[in-house]
Amino acid sequence: MEKISAVNLTKIFGPHPERALKLLSQGTSKDDIFNQTGQAVGLADVSFEVPEGEILVVMGLSGSGKSTLIRSINRLIEPTSGQIFIDGEDITTLDHDELLELRRHKFGMVFQHFALFPHRNILNNVEYGLEIQKVDKELRQEKARDALKLVGLEGWEDAKPSQLSGGMQQRVGLARALAVDPDILLMDEAFSALDPLIRGDMQNELNSLQDRMKKTILFITHDLDEALKIGNRVVLMKDGQVVQVGTPEEILMAPANDYVRRFVENVDKSKVLTAKSVLTQARVVAYPDDNPRTVLDKMNSECLSGILVVKHDDNTLQGMVQVKAASAAVERGDKSIASLIQEKVPTVTSTAPLTTLISILVEWPWQVPVVDEERQLQGVIVYSGVLAALAKRENI
Amino acid sequence: MEKFSVPKLPLDDWIDSGLDFMTENFAFLTKAISKDLKEVIEHIVEGLMFFPPYVVIVIFSLMGWWLAGRKVGIFTAIGLGLLWNLRLWEPTMATLTLVLVATFLAVLVGLPMGILAALSRTAYRLIMPLMDFMQTMPAFVYLIPAIPFFGLGEVSAIFSTLVFAMPPAIRLTCLGIKQVPAELIEAADAFGSTKLQKLFKLQLPLAVPTIMAGINQTIMLALSMVVIAAMIGAGGLGGEVWKAIQRLEAGRGFQAGIAIVILAMILDRLSQKIGQKK
Repeated sequence: MEKISAVNLTKIFGPHPERALKLLSQGTSKDDIFNQTGQAVGLADVSFEVPEGEILVVMGLSGSGKSTLIRSINRLIEPTSGQIFIDGEDITTLDHDELLELRRHKFGMVFQHFALFPHRNILNNVEYGLEIQKVDKELRQEKARDALKLVGLEGWEDAKPSQLSGGMQQRVGLARALAVDPDILLMDEAFSALDPLIRGDMQNELNSLQDRMKKTILFITHDLDEALKIGNRVVLMKDGQVVQVGTPEEILMAPANDYVRRFVENVDKSKVLTAKSVLTQARVVAYPDDNPRTVLDKMNSECLSGILVVKHDDNTLQGMVQVKAASAAVERGDKSIASLIQEKVPTVTSTAPLTTLISILVEWPWQVPVVDEERQLQGVIVYSGVLAALAKRENI
Repeated sequence: MEKFSVPKLPLDDWIDSGLDFMTENFAFLTKAISKDLKEVIEHIVEGLMFFPPYVVIVIFSLMGWWLAGRKVGIFTAIGLGLLWNLRLWEPTMATLTLVLVATFLAVLVGLPMGILAALSRTAYRLIMPLMDFMQTMPAFVYLIPAIPFFGLGEVSAIFSTLVFAMPPAIRLTCLGIKQVPAELIEAADAFGSTKLQKLFKLQLPLAVPTIMAGINQTIMLALSMVVIAAMIGAGGLGGEVWKAIQRLEAGRGFQAGIAIVILAMILDRLSQKIGQKK
């Protein structure tokens, strides 16, 4: 089920959007529209969906319309045309009171410069969302304390925001958004004002919080590394338009145009790409009841010095047999390779980042098996595959 | 030249007939208010005079000490002691009462107007020029129409003081609310706050220091106007000055003038600190 769905969202800033809308539909550029009508195009025909539980990152430079976009989703900015569906309900038709209700229960928002209320202490800040819902004081403070615990700020309830560091303030911002237990988190450049080390910590923390909470998150950033690190999918924006939508790997490996390509050029791919994008199918595998002679032939045919052994029926990984052991067994005249299997083999899952693969490959000269939770073999990682992925700049 | 002279606009006549009309139709109301207000003022003065001066001096000094520190406390004690010694205690209390009542009324009217001006663009466009008028019109002019409505004496003085001293309370309330950072307003909106919730939970609390600065200004203006209002029989320290002017007694005039300065300084220090203390 799509949690958020934006359909042809357009926002024109200025008192007379009609002419600008018309020009926009004729394909006139943002700059030309501004020069001709004095109206600024904030969003031009933006459509996207966010499935429940996904982190969608909207990435773009300043002026790309990303802030306008996130504010359109809870109608802090009224879109000029287009629709927004939350849980299938069109919220662009809601009246003022319905809109307040929607904001109170469905959304939590986190801001770039924290936007904590300076006259309230930390606990009172976190309980704000519940307070305006008129939740009973005891209950809302309990929930606020829980939210503070979630972000690791127990014991700071009575401090004022100005007494906290930037990173801590943003944790309060996050706790304030989480305290109302919203379905959707709107995060507007939430980590951009933090210094790089803290930012990295917060990104990791968001990821681990998300593993537990499974919120639907719309995250805005101008930092591509952040987008690729956090996002299940990424929407790239330029001049109010969507340039590309895709998973981080799709954006890295298949940039839609030169604009995206220039962006991804400098990204450290080894942190973003995962085993999934570099694995190859194991061309040959051995089975425990194979004859050593057969196994040796399989290895020779692919020039391998070691072969993975899987169970015949369910493809689960048993281990590996080295070429030396197989030749010795042939000389001994063994019937099967069962006794030769060396069970200690490093394995990775398909989500392991390239950096992990590289550190394994440095120590392990054979194929690295990629397995799922049931230890079924998904494929193998070979050194050359990793190198090829890192070297790749253009579409494959 | 005289042949072509343009006839004068009868602006003064218009204003007169306008005021006459209002006097005829509303004076009964304003006179009634005047009577009640006069009683309130008399009660307050009586209350202040009921205690021996040294008790009042001790209370004010302790208040000064608590709010603004030891220095202000000592200054208050010495200043009020001097006024007592100069035999100006009663006029001082009368002036203090007029200032406090006028300030109270100015805040009562000014605060909602300031809030309105901050929240509604239309209200802003109406209120701001009105305040320019109120502030730049020479203060003496207000005294003239006050008399038909409120009669001679304290209430007329308070009315003209109110008009003259209210603008800072309105302006700074408006400013205090408007300068609440837009991103805080946005945060409050994002959580689904109503306008009233935003006002009472965010805008007013954050505007308190600015509003208090406005009230401080109102007190200072009220004090200066209360002296001018002595011309229509307000009494108090202004009355002392007015008598001294009429009799050309420079010493007596300065004595009362110094008393006003001392009172002004005490009120200024105290009212400045009240906002910060909270």
